[in-house]
Amino acid sequence: MSVSPVDPAALAETGTGPGGDRSGAGFVGRSPGQLAWARLRRDRTGLVSGAMLVFFVLVALAVPLIEWAYGVGPREQFQSRLDGFGMPLGYAGGVTGEHWFGLEPGLGRDIFIRLVHGLRTSLFIAVAAAVTTAVIGVVLGTVAGYLGGWVDAVVNWVTDLTLAMPFLIIALALTPTLALRFYGQRDEVPAAFQIGVLIAVFALFGWTSTARLVRGQVIALREREFVEAARASGAGLGHMLFRQLLPNLWAPILVSFSLAVPAYVTGEAALSFIGVGLTDATPSFGRMIYRSLDYLQTDPAYVFFPGVTIFALVFAFNLFGDALRDALDPKSSR
Amino acid sequence: MNAAEPLLRVRGLTKHFPVRSGLRSRGLLRAVDGLDFDVRPGETLGLVGESGCGKSTTGRLLVRLLEPTAGTIEFAGRDITHARRRELRPLRQDLQIIFQDPYASLNPRHTVGRIVAMPLQVNGIDPPGGVKARVRELLELVGLNPEHYNRYPHEFSGGQRQRIGIARALALRPRLIVADEPVSALDVSIQAQVVNLLRDLQRDLGLAFVFIAHDLAVVRHFCQRVAVMYLGRIVEIGDRDDIYQRPRHPYTRALLSAIPDVGALGPAGRIRLTGEVPTPLDPPSGCRFRTRCPRAQEVCAREEPTLVTRDDARQAAACHFPEAGPPTPSHPDAAGPGGAVVDATPAGDGAGRLDGNAGEVAR
Amino acid sequence: MDSPQAAPPGPPDAHPDAPGTPDDRRPAVPQPRVDDEPYLRVDDLRVRFDTADGVVRAVDGVSFTVRRGRTLGIVGESGSGKSVTSLAVLGLHDPRRSTVTGRITVGGRQLVGLPEDRIRRLRGRDVAMIFQDPLSALHPYYTVGRQIAEAYRVHHPRAGRRAARTRAVDMLDRVGIPQPARRYDQYPHEFSGGMRQRAMIAMALVNDPALIIADEPTTALDVTVQAQILDLLADLQAEFHTAIVLITHDLGVVAQVTDDVLVMYAGRVVEQGSATQVLRRAQHPYTWGLLSSVPSLHGDPDADLVPIPGNPPSLIHLPPGCAFHPRCRYAGDRSRAEVPRLVPTGADGHLVACHLPPDERTRLAAGALSERRLP
Repeated sequence: MSVSPVDPAALAETGTGPGGDRSGAGFVGRSPGQLAWARLRRDRTGLVSGAMLVFFVLVALAVPLIEWAYGVGPREQFQSRLDGFGMPLGYAGGVTGEHWFGLEPGLGRDIFIRLVHGLRTSLFIAVAAAVTTAVIGVVLGTVAGYLGGWVDAVVNWVTDLTLAMPFLIIALALTPTLALRFYGQRDEVPAAFQIGVLIAVFALFGWTSTARLVRGQVIALREREFVEAARASGAGLGHMLFRQLLPNLWAPILVSFSLAVPAYVTGEAALSFIGVGLTDATPSFGRMIYRSLDYLQTDPAYVFFPGVTIFALVFAFNLFGDALRDALDPKSSR
Repeated sequence: MNAAEPLLRVRGLTKHFPVRSGLRSRGLLRAVDGLDFDVRPGETLGLVGESGCGKSTTGRLLVRLLEPTAGTIEFAGRDITHARRRELRPLRQDLQIIFQDPYASLNPRHTVGRIVAMPLQVNGIDPPGGVKARVRELLELVGLNPEHYNRYPHEFSGGQRQRIGIARALALRPRLIVADEPVSALDVSIQAQVVNLLRDLQRDLGLAFVFIAHDLAVVRHFCQRVAVMYLGRIVEIGDRDDIYQRPRHPYTRALLSAIPDVGALGPAGRIRLTGEVPTPLDPPSGCRFRTRCPRAQEVCAREEPTLVTRDDARQAAACHFPEAGPPTPSHPDAAGPGGAVVDATPAGDGAGRLDGNAGEVAR
Repeated sequence: MDSPQAAPPGPPDAHPDAPGTPDDRRPAVPQPRVDDEPYLRVDDLRVRFDTADGVVRAVDGVSFTVRRGRTLGIVGESGSGKSVTSLAVLGLHDPRRSTVTGRITVGGRQLVGLPEDRIRRLRGRDVAMIFQDPLSALHPYYTVGRQIAEAYRVHHPRAGRRAARTRAVDMLDRVGIPQPARRYDQYPHEFSGGMRQRAMIAMALVNDPALIIADEPTTALDVTVQAQILDLLADLQAEFHTAIVLITHDLGVVAQVTDDVLVMYAGRVVEQGSATQVLRRAQHPYTWGLLSSVPSLHGDPDADLVPIPGNPPSLIHLPPGCAFHPRCRYAGDRSRAEVPRLVPTGADGHLVACHLPPDERTRLAAGALSERRLP
């Protein structure tokens, strides 16, 4: 005997709207967004991870301030504090009151300030890439889902094509080729260009999941009667997409955005690690971890700080994304 | 009855949906297959039938949410069958729709005020006194607290949500409203409130209605004329009293006798229809009802009956062998079981229903 | 219906061949035998759900009994607790999210608080359920026949595959599905709505249960198909000697098939009695309201319906006193302060929970019911 429909049935029956009986209790309507916010605030994991994210973002925004207060630049070398083998003097990779997270072996640069700079770079790339993919994905997904027909077929076809392209190979091939094309062999490639290429590569490959998600949502919404009601009133395409559909898409868009950012953080690290992303001149998580691996045995503190930071950042983002989904759509998980 | 020109004139209205299941087998789902009817100004026409009879598709065709395959729809003398959106715009104001599902028909992310104001906004109408004043007026008209302007749909019960949907349909001061099962998702006590509201609005504003429903009892309380649909066709159409008291088509009679009546205790002595509605992908030849009809004969498989007024009847019925007399009551007290022809109880009468006092029928 | 206080629980099959009380309202169909002892006895059932917004008292002190061969109708609107009651009888509430108290006795065994595996042995064998939507209650990836056969083998572990198949085909045949042997191998989506509901009924009856709980079994069906299913249930009840609890919002269905009726409002029983008593001599203002708001095929079609004003209450913020008082035009100060108890009206087995004095209630009943649109 199937017993699956039990709990929804029971809850559906108890779910009478509060509109009837407390009509005297003030007329302040609580919007779905406010309700989600209230749910989010009750979720301790969401609060803690959210606070961590706010902290990371604040740090990234305040980099010049931190640098000024800390008094050390990201490219400054402190060779005097290294021993003859290029290893930092002192304990735990040279942690002192001046160099909070110690020094890099070899070049003797300050790890803390490089980490803070790396955080800014990584977050900027990840957020910019996530925004770009969200915009592309939402536009294509909405249009394909709402219009259907050949538009939908074309978008689906392009999506499948994109998914079929090998991300790593194209990234490996594209980045150096582009640098060569614009700057030749000799010129130094500016950091802005490298960052731009990374964002473009992520955007090129990242939009498909958002587009598919949004398309599915729009197809479900399209059949809803409030959409038909707007059409029956003579609403045009713009009204349908932006006034009727988009407000109902914020939840999936926000959730996929908050889960895309950590993916791009690790993606940037991975690409920089294999040498396609940024060069050593721009501090980033990927380059730091790449360099630290040479000293894994001799100076484990060097890999520890960037490793823990990137782990905390990605973990906080993912936890927050989950909490956000639970808050926006309470029926999805439990 | 109003003798004026019909507000809505439908001729040969047809909607076929192409069906692909898998890659190959294609077919045509004949959802609506040649409807003719008129609705005069201020008149209420009920469109009744079981699921799959095409009544909801008809409603969506009328307000041009679906594109008709064939036939014409004339509204106020203008052919709107294939009118484009811009051409339709002035007509949208006259022709509105109310939906069945009070949960799906309101945008959950919009406030009530925005929902009701949507038709005004979309058509760029700025009513005298402003949009907000008009919305408050509309909310009051449908029996809602105008102070609830800033609330969201999830804060309302099913009946209140349906009132919001009605207010939205009224925003443009339409002349005809297509109501697609407006009360069938509501609880009994709320259903009566909404039916009464629609009746008041119809009376006070002189609205014409196409009222789509599967519940014949509700239709009886709302509509002056009734069209009974079966598998994409109208099988009987006429004035309410003729349809309910002297139904001619066997399907109408079966439908009427299948409704369990509160007033009649005990098992029903109804016309038992066997089987279910055939698929509109492959409707039966000739009369579509013949596969379930107790009176079907050989000619019914060959010839499709036309919707005509015959003998002394006032309504039109599409049947080769129409019946006469009052309907078979849906309770056992008056008639023998399953009788196609019923003994002559006075029209509309039926013994053994709720009669107020201790009028229990001893059996 | 027996009043819940009377008659001690006893084994249901103590007198399997006991002469049934002749049912005076069903001369046409086979006579169902009716046991003397109730098969299902529910005493002071309470079901609470703890939600983020507060405690939902979905069922608040419900008592009733059903004998084999009889049909009890539970009527109410959404949120009245009628479905929650029926799920509690099957022990289907998740104990992590709900609290069930009271006594539910099925065939002499008390269910509330019993471990899940003990209840599961009862479920499907002694008590079966028919759901409103057979499409979601049937598994889409197994053939209909196989699901029925599986349901049989769960409670008959020694039955072989072939025996189970034969049994399932028999049941499909019994519920009026043409070509049952061929239909056995079809999937739910190949069945029409009415056929699916017949298959659900076949599955419910395959273990010859003594009690069937049917939750809105015909709500999703067309009226002509509904008529067929209701007839089928009545025939099967007479044949299999089952007790039926029929949950519905449709008073017409109640009038047609039930012997006894329980009217629920906001988790409490407001009126109970025989179908005749509740539908013809209703004593509770809510029942009056329900009866007069149903559109009828008789009476003056131009007269307004008489709805119940207002909206059903939230179960989290239940009005004090009688939960119906904000919508009741007869409510007095006492209704606002004190929850009315279910008391006998004087007629045998007819109970009502209302503060109106009995003589005034009887007087009002005559008036309230004559407001119905009569010919």
